[in-house]
Amino acid sequence: MPDNSVKKTVSVALGVCLVCSVLVSGTAVLLKDRQDENRRLEKIRNILDAGGLYEKGIDMETVYRDRIQPEIVDLSAGRALAGTKYPSGLSPESFDILAVAGSETLGRRLPDGEDPAQIQRIPRYMQIYTVKADSGISMLILPVYGKGLWSTMFGFIALDRDLQTVRGFTFYEHGETPGLGGEVDNPAWKREWIGKRAYDERGNPVITVVKGTVQPDDPAAGRKIDGLSGATLTTRGVDNLVRFWLGDNGYGPYIRRLKDEVTAP
Amino acid sequence: MSSLKSVLSVPVFKQNPITFHILGICSALAVTSKLETSIVMSIAVTFVLAFSNVSVSLIRRHIPENIRIIVEMTIIASLVIIADQVIKAFAYDISKQLSVYVGLIITNCIILGRTEAYALKNPPLASLLDGIGNGLGYTIILITVGTVRELFGSGTLLGMTVLPLRTGGGWYVPNGLFLLAPSAFFLIGMIIWIMRTLNPEQIEEE
Repeated sequence: MPDNSVKKTVSVALGVCLVCSVLVSGTAVLLKDRQDENRRLEKIRNILDAGGLYEKGIDMETVYRDRIQPEIVDLSAGRALAGTKYPSGLSPESFDILAVAGSETLGRRLPDGEDPAQIQRIPRYMQIYTVKADSGISMLILPVYGKGLWSTMFGFIALDRDLQTVRGFTFYEHGETPGLGGEVDNPAWKREWIGKRAYDERGNPVITVVKGTVQPDDPAAGRKIDGLSGATLTTRGVDNLVRFWLGDNGYGPYIRRLKDEVTAP
Repeated sequence: MSSLKSVLSVPVFKQNPITFHILGICSALAVTSKLETSIVMSIAVTFVLAFSNVSVSLIRRHIPENIRIIVEMTIIASLVIIADQVIKAFAYDISKQLSVYVGLIITNCIILGRTEAYALKNPPLASLLDGIGNGLGYTIILITVGTVRELFGSGTLLGMTVLPLRTGGGWYVPNGLFLLAPSAFFLIGMIIWIMRTLNPEQIEEE
């Protein structure tokens, strides 16, 4: 019979913990590169998905290289950084949203009351993606993120070249409850976003996720998306983060400038 | 040697962990809407079962009675994390679909049940076979349920079209119920009924 002395108990506990921790951390370290690569591809897949370019079995890297142009935008100035003049620490190849947001110089703290997406710090610069077509730019794919119920959700919203109509919406990383908030991944729900209006005439973000179902005879149905049943807080989080990012603290200034450029002769 | 053989084969059919012990139902309902996820989940559970059984059996004479369950859970949890990491590295799409259910293998009663009931009292080889046997028992049920659900729910098997759908120009109208968890309940219920009809000794005395 194994003895129950304190010495034996402690030594067995320590031994088991030691062996297990070595095995677990060893696996994690060994597989990290592969997992990071998977995450990178998943992000690309979601960029293509938001832009309506994804189909099963395509060579994602090639399509991404051919059709997607990453750009870095100065959010408050509302303009894309041209050419190679990036502030130190920024590079389009390795743009990490959270690292930029956390940086003293490249990010800033959101004042209280201006943080509906509950992200606390926001990057001063964001990497966005434009979809190239034969006749110039056909779409903007804008990264958005914010708090859901449990997790910070990271996703993309695609705007048509009219800077008004939503062309796609998807999350590439979140930790919401599978089957409830996790239904943000449901293709049928994501399809609902396509064709909705993002801004009103004065350029204020008006798109919203409602609680329950949108009535088809509602005059504002064109800017409303059904909520997810059983996931009120996730739905509210999505609603907040989308309008936050389309608003003045997010891409608002950039979109306004683009609109002016389009209307100006 | 025939006893070792029966250690492996008895849990596959006669004392199947799902249909006889009614354990591990949660994951059997949750991940079986597709055959692919069922297969990956079965492999993960079988791996964890086999290795947790062997590990516990190897140190069974040294585990102090008072921290027995904690030691078992530590071993099981470590193995589950390893399985989860491997799936995330080599089958990322599937890991997204399985979401929390790989992590939840830790709480799968089959695994703690086998270490407690078998590995603590038996030598490593027999424990290994017991783990594999129970894993195969779990696998058979998951694959059966996964096959039926994917075939009738989406008209496909492993993502390949078997029954061409009406929406795609074929003739089959899929039964959406098979994609929902309750259908797995009905299927497992039917399998238990069949098992009990074949092995009347499983039926409890009134």
